[in-house]
Amino acid sequence: MLAEVPMSYFLTLSAILFALGVAGFLFRRSVITVFMSIELMLNAVNLSFVTFSYHHGGATHQGIEGHLFAFFVMVVAAAEAAVGLAIILTIFKNRQTLNIDDIESMKN
Amino acid sequence: MALWLIPILPFAGFVINGLFGRRFSKAVVNTFAIGSVVLAFAWVLKTLLGLGSLETAVTEHYFTWIQSGSLNIGCDFAVDRLTAIMLLVVTGIGSLIHIYAIGYMAHEGGYYRFFAYMNLFMFFMLVLVLASNYLLLFVGWEGVGLCSYLLIGFYFDKKFATDAGNKAFIVNRIGDFGFSLAMFLIFVNFGSLDFGKVFRQAPAADTGLLTTIGLLLLVGACGKSAQLPLYVWLPDAMAGPTPVSALIHAATMVTAGVYMTARSWPIFMHAPTAMDAIAIMGIATAVFSATIGLVQNDIKKVFAYSTVSQLGYMFVGVGCGAFSAGIWHLMTHAFFKALLFLGAGSVIHALSGEQDLRNMGGLRTKIPITCWTMMCAAVAIAGVPPFSGFFSKDAILLAAYNHAPWMYWLGVVTAGMTAFYVFRAMFLAFWGEYRGHAHPHESPPVMWIPLAVLGALSLVGGFINIPKFLDGFFQGVPEVPENSSLMIVSIAAGLIGIFLAWLMYIAKPAIADSLASSLKLLYTTLLNKYFVDEIYDAAVVKPIVGGSRWVLWKGADVGLIDGSVNGAGSMAQGAGGILRKLQSGNIRSYATWVLFGSVLAIVVLFLATTNYWGGLQ
Repeated sequence: MLAEVPMSYFLTLSAILFALGVAGFLFRRSVITVFMSIELMLNAVNLSFVTFSYHHGGATHQGIEGHLFAFFVMVVAAAEAAVGLAIILTIFKNRQTLNIDDIESMKN
Repeated sequence: MALWLIPILPFAGFVINGLFGRRFSKAVVNTFAIGSVVLAFAWVLKTLLGLGSLETAVTEHYFTWIQSGSLNIGCDFAVDRLTAIMLLVVTGIGSLIHIYAIGYMAHEGGYYRFFAYMNLFMFFMLVLVLASNYLLLFVGWEGVGLCSYLLIGFYFDKKFATDAGNKAFIVNRIGDFGFSLAMFLIFVNFGSLDFGKVFRQAPAADTGLLTTIGLLLLVGACGKSAQLPLYVWLPDAMAGPTPVSALIHAATMVTAGVYMTARSWPIFMHAPTAMDAIAIMGIATAVFSATIGLVQNDIKKVFAYSTVSQLGYMFVGVGCGAFSAGIWHLMTHAFFKALLFLGAGSVIHALSGEQDLRNMGGLRTKIPITCWTMMCAAVAIAGVPPFSGFFSKDAILLAAYNHAPWMYWLGVVTAGMTAFYVFRAMFLAFWGEYRGHAHPHESPPVMWIPLAVLGALSLVGGFINIPKFLDGFFQGVPEVPENSSLMIVSIAAGLIGIFLAWLMYIAKPAIADSLASSLKLLYTTLLNKYFVDEIYDAAVVKPIVGGSRWVLWKGADVGLIDGSVNGAGSMAQGAGGILRKLQSGNIRSYATWVLFGSVLAIVVLFLATTNYWGGLQ
């Protein structure tokens, strides 16, 4: 059933999602939105991985490396989310702001 | 025969006085300094008596100094007849001058330092004359140059003295450069630097090669023996204490060039061009510096130019093939010129430091011993028979006549001028009215006894027949026929010189002044030594200093080297300053860069993998 949907559809969707993630990362000011944009990009990449894995794995579906990568990305993303949210909380506690343009302590 | 003992004795004196002299009393310093030199003299006498007639050289090998490939330099000393004469002159006159210096230096600071340097000089000078290969000779050669520098600059708190020391040292470097090249050439072509081995091969060698070696050796001799055009350091060297002028800059060190040239006679005998060069340089120097000596007012300067002139004479003798006459004049000159300098020192001592002849006069009655001993030297240098200078000078002039008559006539004119300027100095200092303000007093016996000994030697030294003694040494050198009419001419020249000096400075003193004012241009030129120092300054020193300052320092060092180093630094700083702007702290700008980089990487990968441009064509 899925085989009837061409691979390019999945990849196009993945590219659109990734582009949205990039745009969100670049143009949104809230740290949380930026964070969500990163998650979006990660998931776009995951989609690409799974797509390629599915299509290149052949009929026997023996190639599972793409799936494995997707799982790894999820695991890392979960860990990152935990750490990242902790950082965001700390930043807000110290600065009472989540505007990304006000957080530029990496300058000096 | 323990030849090594001869130089080692003064060296021991140098070490002891140099290390501990500061704590010694003057008597103890004297004991070591003079004792060591006198002992060396005694050891020379004993050695020479023990060696007998010295028909062949006696060589002693001590150890191999340098062994590298085919280069084998031994620390060898040798004595032959030529060395014997030099040994006697150096240690004999050295002893007398050391004794004299006790009195002269009595009131000077740095007493022990003075004697330590003097002993060190004796050591190097003896190494120079005893050496039996060129490299060891060069050790002595450089060593005496060092001592000369140290002693010229003895009054190191006076700028002119240290300048004169530097000048002597630097000018001598030019000569040493030639000497070093000559040694390289000798070693490359003869495979050895030993006198014996080199001279055995010399007759068979190519004339062009021998001429080149000879001319390079001449450059060396020219620097050390103060010949044109490198003579400029010697008159300035008079900044040192007077015993130094007598020992180093009149009697011994400056004659090292003559000695070296005579020592290398087998090379020169087969290089007639080099011989001619020596003779012409010698006669040119003799005339040139004698004319300067005519008008100098500083008593030491008169004798300094006289020394340059007399050294020129020796080179004329050597260059005309009369090696033994050159050595003869070397010896007699050592007697009378050392005496003239020591006498001048005695005068200066008596007048508490006055050196200007114009402020002397009438000293004959006040310091008679100095006056009459100096008179012995004056008649000797003027060539009055039968005193020492007459014989040696006549031998040289005779050789010059047989070589080229024009050289003889120039030599005769120089002899006349020599007699004139020496007697001018004598008459100005000792006759007439006293024109100074000091209170002259005769020097102590420790000073005048050496004067008296040298005076006796100046008078009778000519009877030591050096040419006969060296007859067997310079084998194959053509004989010079006797010629008594030439002798009369040269005697006449000397007497005319003396007479003119008497006329101008005693009988009619007005003549000298009127002559000076009527020949003003000539007089000023001579008084300013032909402006040679000024010319050298403008032609050599200024361009070098200017080139060093503006090209090498400001251009190459500051501009190029510092410039490139600082440039590299400021370039890194500038680049950092620009790149610093990227680190804005703004997360979104970082993200833009990341995006930009990723896009770039993808494009490059795309182009590289698909051969996009190739596909288009």
